[in-house]
Amino acid sequence: MENIIWDLRTDNVVSLIKDGKRADGRKLDEYRKIEVVKGISENADGSAMVKLGSTGVVAGVKLVPGQPYPDNPDEGTISVSLELLPLADPTYEVGPPRDDAIEIARVVDRGIRESKAIDFKGLCIREGELAWIAFVDFYVTNNDGNAFDAGSIACLAALNETRFPKLDGDAIVKHEYSGKLKLSKQPLLSTFSKIGGKIVVDPCLAEEKAQEARFSCAVADDKALCAFQKGEGGSFKASEIDECIELAFKHAKEIRKLV
Amino acid sequence: MAKKQEKIEYVKNGKRLDGRKVDELRPVKMEVGVLSNADGSAYLEWGQNKVLVGVHGPKEALPKHKQNPYKGLVRYTYRMATFSVPDRKNPRPGRRESEISKVSGEALEKAIFLEKFPNTAIDIYVEIFDSNAGTRVAALTAASLALADAGIPMRDLVCAVGVGKAGGEIILDLNKDEEDAPDAVDIPIAIMPRTEEIVLLQMDGLLTKPEWNKAVKLGIEGCKRIYEMQKQALRKKYAEAEQEM
Repeated sequence: MENIIWDLRTDNVVSLIKDGKRADGRKLDEYRKIEVVKGISENADGSAMVKLGSTGVVAGVKLVPGQPYPDNPDEGTISVSLELLPLADPTYEVGPPRDDAIEIARVVDRGIRESKAIDFKGLCIREGELAWIAFVDFYVTNNDGNAFDAGSIACLAALNETRFPKLDGDAIVKHEYSGKLKLSKQPLLSTFSKIGGKIVVDPCLAEEKAQEARFSCAVADDKALCAFQKGEGGSFKASEIDECIELAFKHAKEIRKLV
Repeated sequence: MAKKQEKIEYVKNGKRLDGRKVDELRPVKMEVGVLSNADGSAYLEWGQNKVLVGVHGPKEALPKHKQNPYKGLVRYTYRMATFSVPDRKNPRPGRRESEISKVSGEALEKAIFLEKFPNTAIDIYVEIFDSNAGTRVAALTAASLALADAGIPMRDLVCAVGVGKAGGEIILDLNKDEEDAPDAVDIPIAIMPRTEEIVLLQMDGLLTKPEWNKAVKLGIEGCKRIYEMQKQALRKKYAEAEQEM
């Protein structure tokens, strides 16, 4: 039933984009309005809520002391995960994350991890014994497409707010902090859909349902690319990817002002 | 031998640790119609507690063998975000969340005209993003608002509040510090205010009969104050809609 409705909308979405227009009046290379609210959860070590149009995401960070990996005894790590809450979309169900949620979380994770914005060595507490693990958990609260970018913005905003819990020996002292987590870069993701042979940025849900292919590009700063992900059954030409990369740099520069 | 602890006075000169009076609620903020994809929704802040609720339905109950030809099903899912508690919560749902989901769903059954919706299900999803004692009553209060926002016919709203004991005093709406008192008693209570029927009641701790009588009176009175705020939140949305027209 859900699919039939989206199929009916698809024709309209495609024909508009072929004329260089979008149903909500945006230009093809225009983001929806972005709203960032930081510090929404006192129990989190860092948190943020993001609205990208009517897509809503809430992200929170918890720093937990744990054992470092044997192959990197002097490094901490991050773990990014996503839950598509059933209240966000009538098609989401209760249960462990589905493939699509895992893909989004992993793409957001790579963007942050590979940018080297967080110095993993700086998360080490005692070599070989104890290091900080940053659990970055985000939740989609209303699904109107592009959870990739909304998640990326929310996770970065939350990390920018994150404080280290105070340690007493190996245990955390509740509600006391010692210093902030420092990010050397501000990595951000931009996601594009190919629809009717054209490229649009920040697809809304109706556009996601109509897309032939999807491409996400994370940039660490004004020069460095740090993660790619192509999705769905369609294809891109190298020249189209180039076009997306240029736009990703441009948009990231604007969005950084908000996080 | 038990370690001697410094005695905390939970109520001193009529004021509690956070400055509230014994019968005073923490600040409460409610908003309805906050999610565009849900049939009804509500966002509620209650002290530090932050709750988001979405309602989907009534819709066909699946799997089919779960359907009841005489009435609709209420399926209530209460979950806490991993970062909503002092120590990171395991993302898997725990026994506490399952129990709260069960009793909260049952608390709403009486309020909804379920006999009008045979073979259907009403899904209520609750997510807690920040917590400091009393999340289940905050969630149930918000869920009842979200049901009303979804236009589901109800006999009454359901309003809930925590009441209990700390340091020998009967107090309304315990916060975490009070819940951690050595003699703490926590009583979440929910009522349908028009008839004062109790639809949710739990208790843990030691309590005398007169203490219970005092607590239930205070609880019902607190619920009624919540009820006024719920009505206001619903009216606000429709006043806004009217203005737009």
